[in-house]
Amino acid sequence: MNKKTKMVEVPSHAIIPERDLDKSPILEISHLGIDFGGLTAVDDFSITVGRTEICGLIGPNGAGKTTVFNLLTNVYTPTRGAIILDGKSTAGKSTAQVNRMGIARTFQNIRLFSNMSVIDNVKVGMHNSIKEGFVSSIFHGMGYFKAEKAAAERALELLDFFGMTDVANDEAGSLPYGAQRRLEIVRALATNPGIILLDEPAAGMNPSETAELMENIRRIRDTFQIAVMLIEHDMNLVMGVCEGICVLNYGKIIAKGTPEEIKANPTVIEAYLGKRKEA
Amino acid sequence: MSNKKNTAMTFGSHVKELAKSDFITYGVVIAAFIIVSIFSSSGLLGRKAAGLLVPVCCYIVMALSLNLTVGIMGELSLGHAGFMSVGAFSGVIASMLLGEVIDNNVIRLAVAILVGAFFAAIVGFLIGIPVLRLRGDYLAIVTLAFGEIIKDLINCLVVGIDKNGLHIIFNFKGDKSAADLNLAEGGKAIIKGAQGATGTDKIATFAAGFVLILIALFIIQSLVRSRVGRAIIACRDNRIAAESVGIDVMKYKMFAFVLSAAIAGSAGALYGANYSNLVATKFDFNTSILILVFVVLGGLGNMLGSVIAATVLYILPEALREFANYRMLIYAIVLILVMILTNNPRLVALREKLFSKVSSVFKKGKKKSESEGGK
Repeated sequence: MNKKTKMVEVPSHAIIPERDLDKSPILEISHLGIDFGGLTAVDDFSITVGRTEICGLIGPNGAGKTTVFNLLTNVYTPTRGAIILDGKSTAGKSTAQVNRMGIARTFQNIRLFSNMSVIDNVKVGMHNSIKEGFVSSIFHGMGYFKAEKAAAERALELLDFFGMTDVANDEAGSLPYGAQRRLEIVRALATNPGIILLDEPAAGMNPSETAELMENIRRIRDTFQIAVMLIEHDMNLVMGVCEGICVLNYGKIIAKGTPEEIKANPTVIEAYLGKRKEA
Repeated sequence: MSNKKNTAMTFGSHVKELAKSDFITYGVVIAAFIIVSIFSSSGLLGRKAAGLLVPVCCYIVMALSLNLTVGIMGELSLGHAGFMSVGAFSGVIASMLLGEVIDNNVIRLAVAILVGAFFAAIVGFLIGIPVLRLRGDYLAIVTLAFGEIIKDLINCLVVGIDKNGLHIIFNFKGDKSAADLNLAEGGKAIIKGAQGATGTDKIATFAAGFVLILIALFIIQSLVRSRVGRAIIACRDNRIAAESVGIDVMKYKMFAFVLSAAIAGSAGALYGANYSNLVATKFDFNTSILILVFVVLGGLGNMLGSVIAATVLYILPEALREFANYRMLIYAIVLILVMILTNNPRLVALREKLFSKVSSVFKKGKKKSESEGGK
């Protein structure tokens, strides 16, 4: 029982121990696990993510990577373990509350508000930072116009980050695939997160788009000074952009380390890359 | 610097574009009101048609209110007549209570409408607690059940007033009547169970209906352009994504549902004030479906569509009375035709083509006249 409190203090879960040494980590996950009925989807998952770290979560299909994201955002309630976000436990919080605490995410299968305009999608992301109550949302006073103007400016600024200002008034659902993925990232960033979780951001992208995405992920970290955690199957992207990598297989961590370490790790090669070679 | 300018421009044009569609809706409603007022004041409107004016307004407001739930919030509600009923009967009680206090019928009606909206909002909140935990078909079926429950409860309601104040009893077993109220001398029974409200004052006016439509339009259209409205639409488009960006889905669904119930209640109060007799069975499942038909035909989320559909489809069966037995047959055929015209992709494309041609001709004419004016 008192194991739990101990776990949090153990710093050895960090993938890259020397990163952000002087600061407390943004995310500490200790012995996280979930069972679906009798099936253990994720077990004993412990990592620590630094303030401005870019880390990757890889593993074969069905390894439980997206389940980890769903656990982190409390879409699923963990069966075991603790998640400490910015020094506070997320246990018992709703998905919306967890987002307000500082975790934003994108989805493997894009989940945009497809009938809304691009800029409105971003404004929905800024929901909790726009100062506008229920009353002023019906009876638009001066506060409304001020808040809306500020929101529109901020939204365009964020869109500008990905060069999307010219499509701001287009319907989100009508955007090409790559742009929809970018918009999802913008929307997640609009919530002012401390860490952003990207679920297969490069899925369906061509090599040049992937290269651009890599650059963008670094820019996100540098500009917003936040941590990035990503699930990806594209090894070029993972090895190119991630500072720390965590490999998951059958719901368990089988390796943690820098890209070089992971590339050389025989367990990983056997469980993941090795299988690909055979095929 | 250039970036900032661009920002301001986009924001300005964005607002302009949005406001344009809103003002078209207001414009159509106001124009219709003026035309109908001229007709009725010049005596061109028959007695029968004049009697339809207030109910049409009520049903337009009902359609707008249901469009908020179905079109904007994205949940199918099949019990909306229940809120109308709550509004109607609480409005009737309020107006009768105030009958001796307030002489001015306009103020009395306004108070009755507010009371109707208030009680409908309370009922909406109470029903919303269990209902909004459900989704899709399940939600629809439970709202249907609640609509029927409201109808049956009001059917049992016996209310009277005397100098001691308001007397309310519930006739659950069917053994109580207005006599059981034990009203003091000079007291009056307002609602007599299944007989409904009788002998109530007819204080509703077409102008009041028009104002109510404008208010409902204003509330809904303003809401859609706000932070709260965006959150509601986001919950509709993708609940999981909405949660992931920190929106409490329940909170915003509840707000939309309660607001929708309040608007329905105000429509009900106006409706109740238009008749001296009112029975609870009027607000049954058929009425809920009728309003849903207005909303679906007018277009989900399309407020002007709701206004037009409610007007046309409410007047149509009345106008078809001379066809006697064939009335509902023609009504049904019209419904099917409208559905095809608005939903068949080819016909929609054809319609849009026609519209764009008309508008381009219109624009050209405008430009010509402008350039000529310049010369």
